[in-house]
Amino acid sequence: MNLTVDGRQVFAYSAAHQLDAARPTVVFLHGAGLDHSWFGLQSRYFGYHGRNVLALDLPGHGRSEGPPFASIEAAADWVPKVLDGFGLGKAALVGHSMGSLIALECAARHPARVERIALIGVAYPMKVSEAFLDAARRNEQEAFDMSTIWGHAAQVPLGANPNPGMWLYGDTLARLARLAPGVLHNDLKACNDYAAGLQSAARVKCPALLLLGRLDVMTPPKAAAPLAQSIAGSRTVLIGSSGHSLMAEAPDAVLDALIEFLA
Amino acid sequence: MAAPKYPAFDTLALHAGQSPDAATGSRAVPIYATTSYVFRDSEHAASLFNMERAGHVYSRISNPTVAVLEERVAALEGGVGAIATASGQAALHLALATLLDAGQHVVASNSLYGGSHNLLGYTLRRFGIETTFVSPREPRNFERAIRANTRLLFGETLGNPGLDVLDIPAVAGIAHAAGLPLLVDSTFTTPYLMKPFELGADLLYHSATKFLGGHGVAIGGVLVDSGRFDWEKSGKFPQLTAPYAGFHDMDFEEESGTRAFLLRARREGLRDFGACMAPMTAFHILQGVETLHLRMPRHVDNARKLAAFLAAQPTVESVGYPELPSHPDHALAKRLLPRGAGAVFSFNLKGGRPAGRAFIEALRVFSHLANVGDAKSLVIHPASTTHYRMSDEDLKRAGIGAGTVRLSVGLEDAQDLIDDLGRALGAAKKVAQ
Repeated sequence: MNLTVDGRQVFAYSAAHQLDAARPTVVFLHGAGLDHSWFGLQSRYFGYHGRNVLALDLPGHGRSEGPPFASIEAAADWVPKVLDGFGLGKAALVGHSMGSLIALECAARHPARVERIALIGVAYPMKVSEAFLDAARRNEQEAFDMSTIWGHAAQVPLGANPNPGMWLYGDTLARLARLAPGVLHNDLKACNDYAAGLQSAARVKCPALLLLGRLDVMTPPKAAAPLAQSIAGSRTVLIGSSGHSLMAEAPDAVLDALIEFLA
Repeated sequence: MAAPKYPAFDTLALHAGQSPDAATGSRAVPIYATTSYVFRDSEHAASLFNMERAGHVYSRISNPTVAVLEERVAALEGGVGAIATASGQAALHLALATLLDAGQHVVASNSLYGGSHNLLGYTLRRFGIETTFVSPREPRNFERAIRANTRLLFGETLGNPGLDVLDIPAVAGIAHAAGLPLLVDSTFTTPYLMKPFELGADLLYHSATKFLGGHGVAIGGVLVDSGRFDWEKSGKFPQLTAPYAGFHDMDFEEESGTRAFLLRARREGLRDFGACMAPMTAFHILQGVETLHLRMPRHVDNARKLAAFLAAQPTVESVGYPELPSHPDHALAKRLLPRGAGAVFSFNLKGGRPAGRAFIEALRVFSHLANVGDAKSLVIHPASTTHYRMSDEDLKRAGIGAGTVRLSVGLEDAQDLIDDLGRALGAAKKVAQ
């Protein structure tokens, strides 16, 4: 479903359900260069299990009008406006990678609107190498290759994927190929520039889950430790078989962890 | 962090899509000869049916052995995924039935495998889908034939029977300018010789019966999606971008983005048409895929030697192989097929039908049958077999001569094959005199 926020059209996948302000809401926030369908199985589950689901295309991604947000803070301030637009109050935020930083920052800045946060594939600081940023700035294929290869566990191309018949590398590359020039660089730079992580983490008062892939080379589990220590009462779940693309590499483990956390 | 590097083609051919079996440690791909899969509980069952969890429910829709083949071929082609089917024809039908409704139209190359021509020209016409056939030699022919109701452009990477090389970059450009996808039959080239997605094609399929399987032991097909065609942006495919009552009002594009085509093809096409691949077949074809990178260079090398030999024989009128300068698509083949123009080609014998029959009957190594892409060398004389009832004039219209012989060059010793051809040419010459 579509909504206009700040004069720009925003798309939200709702799992084919009408929204109902009386129901709990889950907002899904995707990572750099991706879109709402990155949460396909998980968002669908909650839409069919009594939740309002808003799996958002962030501005400049998927079906949402650009330009993309230049900072994590700007995106974090936008999320409550989306809730307002749909007539919804509080929500649980589930973010992946860049989306996890948006969820974290939103929980710190807008505590009245955020019930809990699940941070998937998170790290702080979320530093991006100069080589990656440069390639993305030039919109070179090499940037998409880095995003694809580092975005999955090393064994992914040499093993089976849980979704029958799909090739995860090809799927990621196809998604990145649809991006407008500059969007991936914008997203990576926003992650790289985000400097408020620990202060914001200390301000988070809602329940928080960190969902990490043991084989993640882009945001390795040890890089999430400062955040985990700074968010009071946070819980960390380590998924042994996954790299950075947890929703695709380990969809059932991610869903099970979210079901337990959002119960 | 280590510099990013993709596994090479040879490695993917052996490993993509399969982890050692979690239950047994089996290194080879296990043959999951099962129709169905036990649910953990009612909640798990409901989640699988409603596509909230990944997994298998019923082997018509997906099967673990078949999924290995699907993922492996998708990896070799650079697609988002694949669906294995009962045959190459089933793969073509699945693609067409997923994208087209009655009242819509295809622009297809007229250089097609006969079965594909029949499906498009006769069978689908009965169901309200029309096709205009055009010569692929001039890409603008595709553009001129596009109508308001056209939904697909289609051709073979190497066409039948003249091995016309499809100018994929040009035809894809025409298709995309019209908001349409390009589907190619990549059977003769395999991903080893050509990657159609890198050239601009959006969808492709293989008769896996041929070079992918490579040993003439199993019938199968594989349909692959590049995931690059933007169905939403095109605006011509409500089949993928609007709620569909036939599948719980799902909007496939909204649901899955890059996976929309394969999602509908699997969830509707395999469910309703049912032309799925059996796990034993997938296993057989996988054995071939694992050596594709070793077999194809040898197929091509042998084909080159045989084409050169035949081109030098006085009893041979012409040889239609794109690597020869005499072929009309020679320059295009050099550009699009730098690793070789495949291992199937035709040549014309002097002496018409009698010479053709004598030639075939004198061969000892080549097998006379109706197939291509086997490890063993194969031969057929269309005028005395597949096109037996046609007059010489009708044959000519189909691009076939009375003395046309088609070879599928196998992996035997090249000199043995040349000797076999030489002996048969001698027999043909006696009849022709």
